[in-house]
Amino acid sequence: MQNIVIRGAQYLIILFIAVYTWQSFAWFGQKTEALRRRAAIRQNICLFSVHFLGYLSGFLVTGNEKLILLYGAQAVYFLCVIFLFRAIYPQSCRTLANHMCMLLVIGFVMLARLSFRLALKQSLIVFVGSFAVSVIPWIMGKYRELRRLAWVYGLIGSFLLFMVFLVADTTNGAKLFFKVGWISVQPSEFVKLIYVFFIAAMFEKSRSFLQVVKVSFMAALHVILLVISKDLGGALIFALTYLLMLYVATRQPMYLFGGLACASVASFVAWKLFDHVQVRVTAWLDPWSVIDTKGYQIAQSLFAIGMGGFLGVGLYEGSPGQIPVVEQDFIFSAIAEEFGGAVAICVILICLGTLFMFLNIGMEGQSLFYRYLATGLAIMYGIQVFLTVGGAMKLIPSTGVTLPLVSSGGSSVLSTLCMFAVVQGLYIQAGKGMMINGQKKERQTE
Amino acid sequence: MDRKKNDRQNNRPSPEDLDQKKELYRIMYLFAGIFLLMCVYLSYFLIFESRSVINNPYNLRQENLSKKIVRGSILSADEEELAKTLVTEDGTESRFYPYKDLFAHVVGYSQNGRTGIEGKYNFELLTSDIPIYEKIYREFADQKKPGNQVVTTLSLKLQQTAYEAMGDRRGAVVVLEPSTGKLLAMVSKPSFDPNEIVEKWEELTSGDSVLLNRASQGLYPPGSTFKIVTALELLRENPAALEDFNYTCGGIFSYHNAEIKCYNGKSHGNLDFTSAFAKSCNGAFAKIGTMLSIPEFSSLCESLLFNAELPYPLAYQKSSFSLETEAPDWEILQTAIGQGKTEMSPLHNALIAASIANGGVLMKPYVVSEIRTAYGDTVKQYLPSVYSRLMTAGEAAVLTKLMTACVTDGTGYAVLSDQYTAAGKTGTAEWDEKKKSHAWFVGFAPAENPKLVVSIVLEESGTGSDHAAPIAKKLFDAYNELQR
Repeated sequence: MQNIVIRGAQYLIILFIAVYTWQSFAWFGQKTEALRRRAAIRQNICLFSVHFLGYLSGFLVTGNEKLILLYGAQAVYFLCVIFLFRAIYPQSCRTLANHMCMLLVIGFVMLARLSFRLALKQSLIVFVGSFAVSVIPWIMGKYRELRRLAWVYGLIGSFLLFMVFLVADTTNGAKLFFKVGWISVQPSEFVKLIYVFFIAAMFEKSRSFLQVVKVSFMAALHVILLVISKDLGGALIFALTYLLMLYVATRQPMYLFGGLACASVASFVAWKLFDHVQVRVTAWLDPWSVIDTKGYQIAQSLFAIGMGGFLGVGLYEGSPGQIPVVEQDFIFSAIAEEFGGAVAICVILICLGTLFMFLNIGMEGQSLFYRYLATGLAIMYGIQVFLTVGGAMKLIPSTGVTLPLVSSGGSSVLSTLCMFAVVQGLYIQAGKGMMINGQKKERQTE
Repeated sequence: MDRKKNDRQNNRPSPEDLDQKKELYRIMYLFAGIFLLMCVYLSYFLIFESRSVINNPYNLRQENLSKKIVRGSILSADEEELAKTLVTEDGTESRFYPYKDLFAHVVGYSQNGRTGIEGKYNFELLTSDIPIYEKIYREFADQKKPGNQVVTTLSLKLQQTAYEAMGDRRGAVVVLEPSTGKLLAMVSKPSFDPNEIVEKWEELTSGDSVLLNRASQGLYPPGSTFKIVTALELLRENPAALEDFNYTCGGIFSYHNAEIKCYNGKSHGNLDFTSAFAKSCNGAFAKIGTMLSIPEFSSLCESLLFNAELPYPLAYQKSSFSLETEAPDWEILQTAIGQGKTEMSPLHNALIAASIANGGVLMKPYVVSEIRTAYGDTVKQYLPSVYSRLMTAGEAAVLTKLMTACVTDGTGYAVLSDQYTAAGKTGTAEWDEKKKSHAWFVGFAPAENPKLVVSIVLEESGTGSDHAAPIAKKLFDAYNELQR
């Protein structure tokens, strides 16, 4: 009997996630408020079902009663996000909230399966963090001067990265974390957001050549600070985000191509200079020849994805624990192994749907600052997902980046929650802006 | 102008700026493209690549498979079960090898490590390709799924023939089909009973290297079988030698300070190239050795897969050949007659003979012809494939002629038959002055349309003519009988 329930849960999870993903794209074609409302409700049903079935399987397999409590707490949290947040901010975007919850659901189920302790820690950070960041849309509405602080963002960001370089502990060859008491913080996760604020604010003032030089200088400073801290995944995200934002702001493809050429040269130099870059590249080109050492992690990741097939081996029936740092850089492989490749593809598509929402909100932005901000966050989010997912499946060398909202990691999840809150704020502002400007046209996003 | 200024002061963008969304759409398409590429790549990986990737000895997840799948059977080409899993009523599984030690090395074992086909095809044996509805039914019913069957190219009859013909002697026999590369038999002795691998592990792993598959992992000096290679090199460097070569054997060949004796000091008299090869005259081939260019000889050996990886799916040892340009005379003479530092596996010798038999083209040797579901439906077929051309068709024809003469007019007389014409080369490899030689025979039959290649080595037995060649005869006869 238990077996039937667990198997049923396995296939139903695939079904619900597939339906969810379908809804999140079919949604773009649904023009009326009523249709969109219904789509959002279907999404809610799917995400609560996946959450329930995931924890049900976990409880049946492990018999761990603590999972029931954790499940209950998380379920209350999701209800709060979906209903309470909407009650506080009636203008907020339902789909964005749903995507955030769905990705958290997948992360929570997977983390609880990997380690109860990790799941508990992650949940607490998400609960407290969400409560904290929910004031962000209000702040954004109240203090419109945020756009004037460009240099403040730039200086805070580079100062924090400089501090990381000076005092952070070295983990896995990279300097990433500050220890504050018993909490360790990864400042680069937060600097990411400040950095996008900086670029958006600077480019709103002017897109002149001189301004481009100034912003490029500051962006390069950030990237170099990350490189000397050996956080190359971070450096890559910062560099590419800047280049694409530069393109959006200046509309000059030449800047983009020139920048990409510089980035390629820089990558090549990094490959020549840094041992740990060579390790990643060697492991990417042919993990099998160095499977004992450099290629071990990526080989384990491919084993996991391959063993999962499209339907997955079932929760708790794979061996994701064999992949080093599975809960962070390789959570995607764990999902592919146990939930299956079909779910993994849905996760990629849900991330794409999220990115589309960000960009749509950017298009509705009533000022260049808002537009650049939304676009920059979308770009940063997209690059990060690409680096971690592409790295896990050996499409590109692995760069040690987390999958936002899904991977374990307090700083990562907190900064992503901030990002979603900022975008919700932008959405609300865009809605108000439209009403002020008297635009009657149907909102592209809801 | 004024309005623009005003706009900027209010931080309100000009309408032109806000209506320009082209870049945003481009960013959207860019990411849509990248993300869809990831989806496509993941699907591609799962459909086409994942099987070969996860079939890796480092993939410990294969252990997880046995929790849900009953390890499949291994069959001979004639559908005999060489290995199967017995399941008792309470669900206890045990691996059973009905032919005990007959197929021990090539089929291998799956406890205390995995070797042979059990090792290489572990993943296939632990994968079930039964229909999806039955899979799902069994998942829900909590029943194990029957694993796939692995169908080999091995012939029970030929394997038995080789096994019995070898008797208690140590050594190995490899039998291949030259036109396809199918491995028809592979025996290594001493053998062991894989049913008792766990109980007798201590005994099997101490001393005697019983577990070593001598057919592919044993390296022996090739002795006179190497004269095939020396002859090929002479033909390449000096094609006229086939007609011109002349040597009068007085039992000993002297060159500067080095000398080479013929076997038992026998003097072969006046020889042309063909009879020198057929009678396996050491003096004549030592002389040929002095006529060859050492760099070219070395590069021929490299192209014949010495010091190189063999295209063989199971475990093997690389053969070795080394001859420096500055090598002393005695070493050049010894190398030309297959002594020297040269060492090769019986499998490798079979591959060289197979390419001669197949008009110069080496087919990739393979041992598994098909993967089937437990119900006999084909999942995957392995078809013959060309590895590469090792020599021209003309060279192969000349070597075939030489090897035929060896059987009709030389040391290979034991293989003579009125049923077929065989081609071959004997070898008597000396390796320790105080011990008997290793007896070698490589050859194929019928010479005009080769069906069977054999490579035989018997350790410390004596001459190839007396000991190894008769086994080849038995194998050719057995094959003939099978065809009837």
